[in-house]
Amino acid sequence: MKVKFDARANYEKTKQEAGYVNRKEATQETYDRIGFMSGLEVHQQLRTKEKLFCHCPAGKFNKSDDFDAEIIRHMRPTLSELGEYDGTALMEFKTKKEIIYRIKNETACTYEVDDTPPFPLNREALSHAIDISLLSKLNIVGEVHITRKQYLDGSIPTGFQRTAIIGVEGELPLPNKKIRLIQLSIEEDSCREISDIGHQRIYKTDRLGMPLIETVTYPDCVNPDEVKETCNYIRFLNRSTGKVRTGIGAGRQDVNVSCKGGTRIEIKGVAHTNWIPELTHNEAFRQWSLLLLRDQLNQVISDKENWHVQTAGIDPNQLASTFEALNKAIEKGEALRIVRLPKFKGALSHFTQPEMTFANEISDRLKVIACIEKPNMIHTEMFEPALNEQQWATLGKLVDAEESDALILVFGPIEDMETAIETIEERCKMALEGIPEETRKSFENGTTIFERVLPGADRMYPDTDSAPIPLAIDYIESKRKNLPEDIIERYNKLKKWGAPEDTYTYIFSKNYFPVIREIHEKLGVDGKLLAVFVGQRVKHLLGQNPGATLSDKTIFDLFEFLKSENIDYRLAWQMLPDLIAQPERRFDEILKAINFSKIPKEELEKKIADLAANYKPVKKTNQMQNKQNWIMGQLRKEAVGNVDMKQLATKINAI
Amino acid sequence: MGNENDFQGYKGAALAILQKYNVHVWDNAEVETTLGHFSGKVLPRAENTDDQHIVLKLITGYNIGVNVTTITAMNGVRVPQPVFQIPEKQFPMTPGLPKVKLFGTGGTIASRLDYRTGAVIPAFSPGELYGAVPELADICNLETEKVFAVFSENMGPKQYIELAKAIGREIENGIDGIVIGHGTDTLHHTGAALTFMCQNLPVPVVLVGSQRSSDRPSSDAALNLMHAMKTAGTSDIAEVMVCMFGPTSDEYGLLHKGTRVRKMHSSYRSTFRTIGDTPLAMVSREKITPIHKTYNKRRDDKNVKILPYFSDKVTMLYYYPAMKPDILDAMVDAGYKGIVFVGTGLGHVNKELYPAIERAHKKGVHMYMTLQTIWGYVHMFVYDTGRDMMAKGIIPAGNMLPEVAYIKLGWALGQTDDPEEVKRLMLTPINDEITDREPYNGYLVYQGGVPEVEEFIRNVHK
Repeated sequence: MKVKFDARANYEKTKQEAGYVNRKEATQETYDRIGFMSGLEVHQQLRTKEKLFCHCPAGKFNKSDDFDAEIIRHMRPTLSELGEYDGTALMEFKTKKEIIYRIKNETACTYEVDDTPPFPLNREALSHAIDISLLSKLNIVGEVHITRKQYLDGSIPTGFQRTAIIGVEGELPLPNKKIRLIQLSIEEDSCREISDIGHQRIYKTDRLGMPLIETVTYPDCVNPDEVKETCNYIRFLNRSTGKVRTGIGAGRQDVNVSCKGGTRIEIKGVAHTNWIPELTHNEAFRQWSLLLLRDQLNQVISDKENWHVQTAGIDPNQLASTFEALNKAIEKGEALRIVRLPKFKGALSHFTQPEMTFANEISDRLKVIACIEKPNMIHTEMFEPALNEQQWATLGKLVDAEESDALILVFGPIEDMETAIETIEERCKMALEGIPEETRKSFENGTTIFERVLPGADRMYPDTDSAPIPLAIDYIESKRKNLPEDIIERYNKLKKWGAPEDTYTYIFSKNYFPVIREIHEKLGVDGKLLAVFVGQRVKHLLGQNPGATLSDKTIFDLFEFLKSENIDYRLAWQMLPDLIAQPERRFDEILKAINFSKIPKEELEKKIADLAANYKPVKKTNQMQNKQNWIMGQLRKEAVGNVDMKQLATKINAI
Repeated sequence: MGNENDFQGYKGAALAILQKYNVHVWDNAEVETTLGHFSGKVLPRAENTDDQHIVLKLITGYNIGVNVTTITAMNGVRVPQPVFQIPEKQFPMTPGLPKVKLFGTGGTIASRLDYRTGAVIPAFSPGELYGAVPELADICNLETEKVFAVFSENMGPKQYIELAKAIGREIENGIDGIVIGHGTDTLHHTGAALTFMCQNLPVPVVLVGSQRSSDRPSSDAALNLMHAMKTAGTSDIAEVMVCMFGPTSDEYGLLHKGTRVRKMHSSYRSTFRTIGDTPLAMVSREKITPIHKTYNKRRDDKNVKILPYFSDKVTMLYYYPAMKPDILDAMVDAGYKGIVFVGTGLGHVNKELYPAIERAHKKGVHMYMTLQTIWGYVHMFVYDTGRDMMAKGIIPAGNMLPEVAYIKLGWALGQTDDPEEVKRLMLTPINDEITDREPYNGYLVYQGGVPEVEEFIRNVHK
C-alpha cells in the first residue's frame, strides 16, 4: 500500500469543489445556490422569585467547587415507540456515563434531585410567558398541558424536561420580512455542566429548574444575517416586557440549519447573537461539503450494506512516533487499533469547515460516544503526518489495506475500544448516506463539533405528575390589553426621530425604549438626542464600568432636573460619569463637582468677540477655521448646559 | 353514532362539540377558535378533568387543551386507534446461572410508554423484561408469574395468603430464589406478612419496587430489579427481605429484614430504612456484602412452613392527646378482636381511655402497645400510667414496629383467639420483629446544618 498523499491539497481541492467562500464574500446568490435554510429556538429565562416547579430561589448561582453534597445517577434509555432502544442511545448507555450532581442546599431541594414530584407550576412565570406569547402574536392555548421531553445526557436529573406549550402559530414582523413562529413553550432550565471527561460528567444544579421560555421559529431565514436579525428581534421583544432576566446565560439560542438536500442540524446553546452568522454560514457549507463527499464515496463504493471496517491490534513497541498523545497512550498501556476504511482515500481530509475535515467528525464522536478524550486517533491524511509512509504501509498490511483505502489508528482505554470501532464504522457508513442528524456545540471562531445524536420526535409524553391548567378567556384578554407595543413599532419610532441605527440594539437589548419615550412625551426632549445619549453615551460609560447600572428613573429624573433648571440637555453627557459613580448623589451636587455654573447666553456670546481679538494664529492654512475652533474650545466648558452648542457654533462661525 | 371509545373520556360540553363536528379521539383535527387555529391529533381525555377542553397532540409532540367555548369550526380526518405492545424477546437461558422466579402483584416493574397517550404499558413477561433490562440475563435464568394485579395500597390479607402459597409451591418446585415485584407504599406490610406466613425458608424471598417509575431515564427500577435478582439468585440469606436503594445515588441497594423495615419518605429513592437495627446487607450488581453477622442461611431442602392465616378483625389506634373513649368503644362494638395501640413516648394513652380499655379487655379484645416514636422500646413499667394500662389488659409489644404488630396480630388471630396463645405468638419473635437489644447504630437520624454532619454529607453520597 502506498500512502503518499497530500492532505492539504485535497482539503483545498474539496473546499473549492464545495464552492466555499468566506462569509464576507458571500452574497444571497451564494446562499440560494446551496439552499441555506435556518430557524431558531430562542431560550430566555424569566424574571421570577422562585423556580418553575419548586420553591427554591431562582437566579442564585454558585461556583463549581462550592457545593454541599454530590449525587450520582445514570440515565437509562427508555424503550422507544417500537419497543426498542435507539441504537446510539444504547451505545451511549453501554459506555456508562456516570453523572454527578453537585448541589447547594440554598438552591436545590428534593425536587431538583428527582426525589420528589413537582409542585404546581409557578404562576408568575406562566403570566410572563403568556405576555410574551401574546406579543409574539401566538394563538394562546385553552389549557396548558405539562409535557415531559426526554434528555439522556443527564442535564436534568429526572431524565426529562418538564415543558408546556403556551401558544402556537405566531409571527414576527421584522423590518423587511415576516418570520413565522411555530410555538412558544415554558420550561424548566437544565443543569450547568462543570466537566465532561472520560466516563464522568459533572453538573451543578443552581440553574436547574429556573423558568425559561423557548420561542421556536419556522426555518424562514435564507441567509446568516437574517438569522441574527430574527434572533435579536425575539430577544428585544422578550426584554421589552421587562419580565425576563438579563446577563450572561439568561438568553441562549439553538440554531437549526440545513442546506439543500441536507439535514436539520441543531447548533446548541449559542451564547452570543454575534456568533450566529459565522456559525450558520459554516454549517450550511459543512453539510454541502458532506453531500459532495457522499456522492464521491458512492461512486467508488457500490455495496453500501456490506461496507465494513477491518481492524487489528498493534504492538506498541514497534511504533515510533513524534505524536505526543499517541506516545502518552502507549506509556499508559492503552489499547491501539488500526482501522481500515476501504475506499475512503481522500475522505478523511475532505473539507468540512475551515481548517477541519471529515476526520474531525469521527474524532468528535469518539470523544462523545466512546468517551475517549481527544486526541484519540491519528490517520493517513493529517496535515502534519504523525507517522511516516513506511510506518503506515506496515500498519496497513495488518488489515490488508489497499491503495484506495484510508487508515485510522485509534487509541484509548481497552474497555472503550469496542464502542470506538463501532463508532468509526457507524460514522463512515453515515457518510455514504448523507448527513447524520445531530446537535452540535458552537465555538467563537464559527465552527462546531458533534455534541449528541439528535433525539427523535417521539420523546414527548404527558407529565403524569401535573394536572392541566385551564386559561380563562377573560384572563387572556385582560393581559392582551396591557401589553407594551410591538418592537417593530419601536423601531419605526426611533427611525422617525432620526435616531442613528447603531443606537437601536443597545436601546432594545437593555429595554431603555420605554424611558426614552416617556422623557420625550412628558418633557418634550428630542427623541434623537435621547437615543444618542442612551445608545452611545450610556452604552459607552456602562461598558467601561462593569457592574454599574443606570435605572430608568435616574435617567428620567436627570432630564427632568435639566429641564426645570433650564439647563441645556447636552450637559447630561458631562454629568453622566459622576451619576454612574454615585447614583444616589443629588444633581445639584454633581453640577458643582463638574464645575458647572450658570452663565447667561448673552454673556457667553459677548465673549466671542473678546476671544476673537486675542486669537494668535499658529498655522498658516485654514486661518479662519482654526480661529473658530479655538474660540469654541475656549468656550465649550462653560458653555455646555448654558446654550445650545449648535447655536453657539453658528454665532462663532458668523464672526 | 360510533362506539363509546370514539370519545374516550369526554363528557358534557366537550363531548357535545366533538359529536357536533363529528370528530373522534385519534382523529387528526383542524380546529378554528376565537383564539386562532390549532391542529393536532385528538387525544383521550383523562378522568376527573373538566368538560371544557379538548386535548390535542401537536405535530411537535406537545399536548395542549383547546377551550370548547372558543371553537367555531372543526373537522377531523379519521385515523384508527394505534395499538402498542412490547415486543417479546426470548429471555436467554444460561447454563449455570441460578433459576429465579419473579412474582408480579400489579406494581409496574418495567414498562414502556405509549408516547401518544402517555399511558404506561407494563413489561412483565421474561421476554418483555429482557427487552427493558437486558442485564438481567447476565444475573439469572428468569421465570415470571402474575399472581394477581392490585395497586400497592389495595394489597391485603387475601393477597398475602395467595403469595405465601405461591412461594410454597415454587420452593417445592426447586427454585433458587424468589423476587416479588410490589408497589412501594405497603411493601413493608407485605414483608412482615410473608415473614410470618413463610417460615423456615430455604431460599431468599426478595420484595422489590421502585420509587421513580420505570418509564423515566432516571428510574431506580432497573437497578433495584438487578439487585433483587442478584440477591434471590446468589445470596445465602434465606429470609424475606426488602431490596431498595441505599442512598439516593445510583450506588448500592440495601437488604432489609421484612419485619424491621419501614417506608420513611413519601418520595425519596432511599425511602426504606431498617429501624432499630442495621440492614442485613448491602447489594451491588457484583456482590452482596453482609452487614449482619448472623442470618438464616440458604439450604438445599424444601422444608418451608407455610402458615397462611389472617384475621381481618384487627385494627390500629393512633393515639392523640384529646382522644375520647368513644373511639375505642366504637372499634370494640364494630367487632374488632385485636387492637394495636400506637402510643406516645414509652407507650402511653391518657386516663380518659381507661374505662374503655377495661371494657374492651372484658370483651376479650387483644390489645398491644406500640410506639409513635418508631424507634425504641415500649417501657410500661417506668410510669404509673404504663403499669395501670398493663393491669387493664394492654400488652407491651417491645420494639415491634406498629405496622408489623398489626400484621402479626392479624396473623395470630387467624390461628387462635386464646389470649395466652396469641400473646405467645405475638411476643415470640419469628425474625427479629422484636429484638433483645437495640445497637447504638440502629438509630441514626442525623440533622443537617450541624458542621460534622455537613462534612460527612459533602464527602459521602447519602
